[in-house]
Amino acid sequence: MSMRQTKLWSWHVIAGVVLLVLVGLHMAIMHLNGILNLVGYNPAGEDPIAWENVVFRAQQVTFMIVYILVLAAGLFHGLYGTRTILFELNPSPGVRTLITTVFLILGIGLFIFGSWAAIAARSTALALMQ
Amino acid sequence: MSQTKNQTTDIVFRVRRFDPGQDDEPNYEDFTVPVKPGMVVLDGLWWIKENLDATLSWRSSCRMGVCGSCAMMVNSRPMLSCNTQVLDVADQVLLLAPLPNFDIIRDLVPDLMPMLENHRKQMPWIVRDDGEEQEAPTDQYWQTPHELEKYLQFSYCIKCGACMAACPIVAIDNDYPGPQPLAQGYRYLIDTRDGAFKERKKILSTEAGPWSCHYAGECSSVCPKGVDPARAIQLMKRELVFDYLRLNKKRYQKPACLLPPENRSGRRSEIPEPPAFTVEGAVSNNPPT
Amino acid sequence: MPEKITYPNRLGLKGWVVGGRWGVERYLFILHRLTGLGLVLYFLMHIVVTSSRALGVAWWERAMGAVSGGVFTIGEFLIVVGFAFHAANGIRLVLIELGWLTGKAEEPIYPYKSSLNVQRPFMIVMMILAAVVIVMGGLELFAH
Repeated sequence: MSMRQTKLWSWHVIAGVVLLVLVGLHMAIMHLNGILNLVGYNPAGEDPIAWENVVFRAQQVTFMIVYILVLAAGLFHGLYGTRTILFELNPSPGVRTLITTVFLILGIGLFIFGSWAAIAARSTALALMQ
Repeated sequence: MSQTKNQTTDIVFRVRRFDPGQDDEPNYEDFTVPVKPGMVVLDGLWWIKENLDATLSWRSSCRMGVCGSCAMMVNSRPMLSCNTQVLDVADQVLLLAPLPNFDIIRDLVPDLMPMLENHRKQMPWIVRDDGEEQEAPTDQYWQTPHELEKYLQFSYCIKCGACMAACPIVAIDNDYPGPQPLAQGYRYLIDTRDGAFKERKKILSTEAGPWSCHYAGECSSVCPKGVDPARAIQLMKRELVFDYLRLNKKRYQKPACLLPPENRSGRRSEIPEPPAFTVEGAVSNNPPT
Repeated sequence: MPEKITYPNRLGLKGWVVGGRWGVERYLFILHRLTGLGLVLYFLMHIVVTSSRALGVAWWERAMGAVSGGVFTIGEFLIVVGFAFHAANGIRLVLIELGWLTGKAEEPIYPYKSSLNVQRPFMIVMMILAAVVIVMGGLELFAH
């Protein structure tokens, strides 16, 4: 018999720690930029969502990898957590399978979509910087 | 508040009553009880039964906080009624109700069978494969004080059910075993005399495991014996996760305590020798062989 | 033997809010769930919106235009609040649930101290940290 719940929970926690670091950094870049003056990440002025800043980050390989990691960790942590909450409401076995299937499709689908976007954004950004 | 020993205060005991043959649903009934300082809730219930209404029902036995029979909701908090002074928790109205998260059998009597069944599923006993040694022992099962301390706190559980009443997950989830069974599961899992870690690990990796606990901590707040089931459950998660991530270096190869017969000197090497006797001429009951 | 008639008495979801005189950690648990659900819903939409950067500046500006101003700024602030709390409480939960902040099992001596007492100072520090981050984020969003 597999150690299913133990494994899933362990990865939920590991994903949480990964998100703490990476999304913490993301929040700092996006929302604490003025106060912390993170010029290294926002060289083209204070607005983190100005196109120039976005391109600056998108063309870096490290950021692309970070985005893909955040996608994987965030989708797993969030969807597994939501599934746990929903399962505590005692759904029938059929509904449980439905929830699991929907979340798997949603998670894998969004992961593929988001990873494509991260990789394509890098190409777009590199083309622009030339 | 200063009270002379014989001064009585009239406290209204508002009891949630349910008669299975007659009522469709529970409702509250008030009884006015003359309370003297020092009276506990259980004394008040007996007074009602003797003087006002003989049909009032509850469970009680030892009346001193060791049997776990009389747990109930006292002013919306799960407590032992024999352990709770009335004047400590009420000055006019005392609200009494049966423990929530258990079906009500009658008045203040909850149906604790689901908790006890979940408790049994955790295998709350020592599992060893040395049946011959257990039938005809040749040596003691030695344990260091450090090993004892790891489970001693959790062995004080009196199965009163207060923790189950307080847990927000037991309140909704049918599959979650609850703090009492899990704390007892941990008490045996961490006992070095037990050899069934692999079997326990399998049971705990299903819905019958600790994974739905999210540390609301209410079980430990209300436990009348200081068992701290929340601590047991988190330590259980630690054991299971570290085992999965292979961070547990030693442990769980065999249950401890018995050396092979040829190596037996009556004492494991890591257990220190007792200090020398301070009384002259004293002789040990257990001389080294 | 007559069938046992019992009355169901589970508190259910109501018990999360009005069950009785519960402690702080129980409400932190409920808040952790609420912020988690909020963050997950936001995250699913966020992936779709920010993926527009792959299609060039026009799509990006259009997407950013659609989600800025007024209500959306308040929404962003709520995300900062939610993340700050969820992360701070999450750090505390990881340390507790993996056994570092539970304290050792010890013989109970009245008045009983439990693992709740061990983690309480750390919980207060984490909540102060979350409050600081929320204030900083609020200043950035509303005062700049």
